[in-house]
Amino acid sequence: MSPTDLTRLSAAEAATLLQDGQISSVELTQAHLDRIEAVDPAVHAFLKTMPDRALEEAKAADAARAAGDDLSPLAGVPIAIKDVLATEGLVTTCGSKILENWVPAYDATVVRKVRAARLPILGKTNMDEFAMGSSTEHSAYGPTHNPWDLDRIPGGSGGGSAAAVAAFEAPLALGSDTGGSIRQPAAVTGSVGVKPTYGGVSRFGLVAMASSLDQVGPVARTVLDTALLHELIGGHDPMDQTSLTDPVPPVVAAARQGLAGDIGHLRVGIVKELGGKGFQPGVLARFREALDLLQQLGATVEEVSCPALKYSLGAYYLIMPSEASSNLARFDAMRYGLRLAPEDGPATVETVMGATRWAGFGDEVKRRIILGTYALSAGYYDAYYGSAQKVRTLIQRDFEAAFNRVDVLVSPTAPTTAFKLGEKLDDPLAMYLGDITTIPANLAGIPGISVPGGLAEDGLPVGIQFLAPARADAFLYQAGGALEAALVERWGGPLLDQAPALPGGGQEGGEAA
Amino acid sequence: MSGDITLARFDDVLEHFDPVMGIEVHVELNTRTKMFCGCATTFGAPPNTQVCPVCIGLPGSMPAVNQKAVESAIRLGLALHCRIAERCTFARKNYFYPDLSKNYQISQYEDPIDQDGYLDVELEDGTIFRVEIERAHMEEDAAKNTHVGGATGRIQGADYTLVDYNRGGMPLIEIVTKPITGAGARAPEVARAYVAALREVVLALGISDARMEQGSLRADVNLSLRPKAADAAAQAKVPFGKRSETKNVNSLRAIERAVRYEIRRQGALLAAGQLVTQETRHWHEDSEETSPGRSKEQAEDYRYFPEPDLLPIEPDRAWVEELRAALPEMPAVKRARLKAEWGFTDREMLAAVNAGAVDLIEATVAAGAGPAGARKWWLGELARVANEREVDLVDLPVTPVDVAQVEALIGAGRITDKLARQVLAGVMAGEGTPEQVVAARGLEVVSDDAALLEAVDAALAAQPDVAEAIKAGRVQAAGAIVGAVMKATRGQADAARVRELILQRVGA
Repeated sequence: MSPTDLTRLSAAEAATLLQDGQISSVELTQAHLDRIEAVDPAVHAFLKTMPDRALEEAKAADAARAAGDDLSPLAGVPIAIKDVLATEGLVTTCGSKILENWVPAYDATVVRKVRAARLPILGKTNMDEFAMGSSTEHSAYGPTHNPWDLDRIPGGSGGGSAAAVAAFEAPLALGSDTGGSIRQPAAVTGSVGVKPTYGGVSRFGLVAMASSLDQVGPVARTVLDTALLHELIGGHDPMDQTSLTDPVPPVVAAARQGLAGDIGHLRVGIVKELGGKGFQPGVLARFREALDLLQQLGATVEEVSCPALKYSLGAYYLIMPSEASSNLARFDAMRYGLRLAPEDGPATVETVMGATRWAGFGDEVKRRIILGTYALSAGYYDAYYGSAQKVRTLIQRDFEAAFNRVDVLVSPTAPTTAFKLGEKLDDPLAMYLGDITTIPANLAGIPGISVPGGLAEDGLPVGIQFLAPARADAFLYQAGGALEAALVERWGGPLLDQAPALPGGGQEGGEAA
Repeated sequence: MSGDITLARFDDVLEHFDPVMGIEVHVELNTRTKMFCGCATTFGAPPNTQVCPVCIGLPGSMPAVNQKAVESAIRLGLALHCRIAERCTFARKNYFYPDLSKNYQISQYEDPIDQDGYLDVELEDGTIFRVEIERAHMEEDAAKNTHVGGATGRIQGADYTLVDYNRGGMPLIEIVTKPITGAGARAPEVARAYVAALREVVLALGISDARMEQGSLRADVNLSLRPKAADAAAQAKVPFGKRSETKNVNSLRAIERAVRYEIRRQGALLAAGQLVTQETRHWHEDSEETSPGRSKEQAEDYRYFPEPDLLPIEPDRAWVEELRAALPEMPAVKRARLKAEWGFTDREMLAAVNAGAVDLIEATVAAGAGPAGARKWWLGELARVANEREVDLVDLPVTPVDVAQVEALIGAGRITDKLARQVLAGVMAGEGTPEQVVAARGLEVVSDDAALLEAVDAALAAQPDVAEAIKAGRVQAAGAIVGAVMKATRGQADAARVRELILQRVGA
């Protein structure tokens, strides 16, 4: 099998070949490292790659297999990690200047699980600074480019992880989703991304933006691959007391069931508030097509209303910055990270903290810290943070009511396809509005998936989002798997086969392959 | 510092003003690990050796609640007659300071675990003063700053500051009183007695070492003055004055002094028509005065909000009741009970308490001695020896069982009180149990009449004139013969029995 073929394999396919001894992890990892070297100068999905270390890990995985060790299903399959997760001995920047040289002394729990399962780590992926953004343009290290059109954004904040899998630089990646940072990049890059139920995956070692909203999740090119990774990283962690004590839901079995076209009598709800005005026609066309396919598979579809969702953006932009303002207070130049002396005046603790934070944080981060500090201030707390928490309760109730009638909710993942780099950079509000569809799941703590729904009139990918009740992540994989199988059959192959060839990437792309 | 501060006379201030206090006590728990991580809590370890990603606040690290600390907080709340919250949350207190690794402290804000209790405090004259408890909550300690350079060891003028994160994240309980009113001139005494009583409760529960000199029990005293009213009802309607909060008050004596000092300082200001500044002040042990710290006029806005990294704590009610049932008897309650059981007077009990002898007497009684006898030895001969050796009673090399045995020997007539002192001296010299000392030193009272008669006859023969006098009815003359017999038996005879035998012999 040629190196190009190896990078086109899904994680599940690669895992089978590894298990059968047809390929080695070293070959598979090397093929991805070569691919990164070839196309990443154009895509910039990675902030840092660790070729030597990845190959060492691959070699160790091969040796463990040769020794007959009991291995995880994904052992030997390489993975990319969003740079917001602490990796022991590997610089973790969170896309920020303030952590330019920070080398964590410990692994995030999910990273520890990934290492224990012997998945070679290819590198750390680009992101909006501290996961604040929807375009990866707020990275202090330059934006990531959408593999479908290098002039467009790959989504954010996890644009690096999504672009890495969409550009076949990695079969798997880890992301984090606070308001859509896994799902929206998946949608605009034609990949799959899942935000698990809040607490379903440990947050220990995830550098926090908004602790009550953040959730780690899988990124891949297929529903089955995300399920396999979800099963690997999920489960209770005593280091994260907000993690659920339930066993990991049977997501792999559910994905397989869906892929086989079995969705039983799945009841699908269309959320009235998540569609219509402001949505791109091509996005809505693909959405309606997805609904038709689901109905053909035996699903019943009905419209449900979640009236409180119209307040979700407002609530989100109070809760998220409030928590972020506190979470980011620790970056003060005292113990690690950037330390700068003030340009003039004496260097005191206060002036050094001020100078470092001023120079080390980008504008979007400062904007949110200021917003959050204001919202939590004495006299404003009740009106802002307090009210936002009440809205959150209302949204949870709306979802509960909806889930009394249907098993899953469905909507476009994002109102539009990928916009041009720089297009919304000067208009934060326009950028925020793009998250209207993904934010409610974070506020309610429920799980969501984005699966490719085809291309819009502009030839760019559209994502279809499913939402399920808390702890019912399996429904997402069943519905997502069924939709993916039906669409792939209609397209005659995965959507990403239609992506244009990348500079430096050879002839692998599209119909030419 | 004292140069520009005038102090009023204490009595003068109290004539015109009513002091109101609020006391905040931080108790560092003696759990094996920190409040939110698994780091050790050993005191005095080399700086920054008991730290981990959690307590130095590395990005991505998360707190996990120490269940033992929650248990300690509940037990303290129960001992202070508090309501234990059905559900309570942690909150973040946000402020920037290098001793705070996350630049926020995880504490409790709106719903502390212990709410609305009280502690009855016994004053020196036996009066009981009830101090109402507002709340007790759990939180993590800040790291320890050491300011290097400059003259004072304080931040002003220091060249640099060293931070020891060993203390960062140590488990604390902060106990906050409601405003303490009605103490009047006894405010300094009440403040001291309250902290002493709280310390005693904490020690009885075994939840902290409560060593003020090591900082494992720290008190901040808020004090304000308000105009004195005609009676209690009228006084209650007078609003509180501006308060000062005195920190660093790290001994019981200092608490009393600090309250007294603040009453006199504020009194002088008010008498001169000036205003008291609402501020934090620091107590200086050396000069016995307070100096201003940061002004609370520009009070920091801590931007409290619920800690999203921790779940609310909902103590299981059955568990709370189990903890309540297993609480040890509180020291003050125990003292009242023992006083009644032993039939001690107020003065006797107070003496026992002040000598640190209550537990020793209790154990001696438990070993079979009578309360009066136990008290007599511990507060008499043994207190004298302890004083001589400059040690605490409990540190003397003699046990309550030894003392009970001595009492038993006296009761059986085998030794006299006078001999008992020698027996105790022998025990403390490491010669064994009282029985062994009596045997080894041959201290037993001579109770063999034949042996005594021999000595009596010898004494009478040696002093025939005295014998005659006794025979003639001058019974008191027998004293000389008794003395001679006691001398001959090296004090081991029972003097009363000797006297009987003498009278019998001369036929008086």
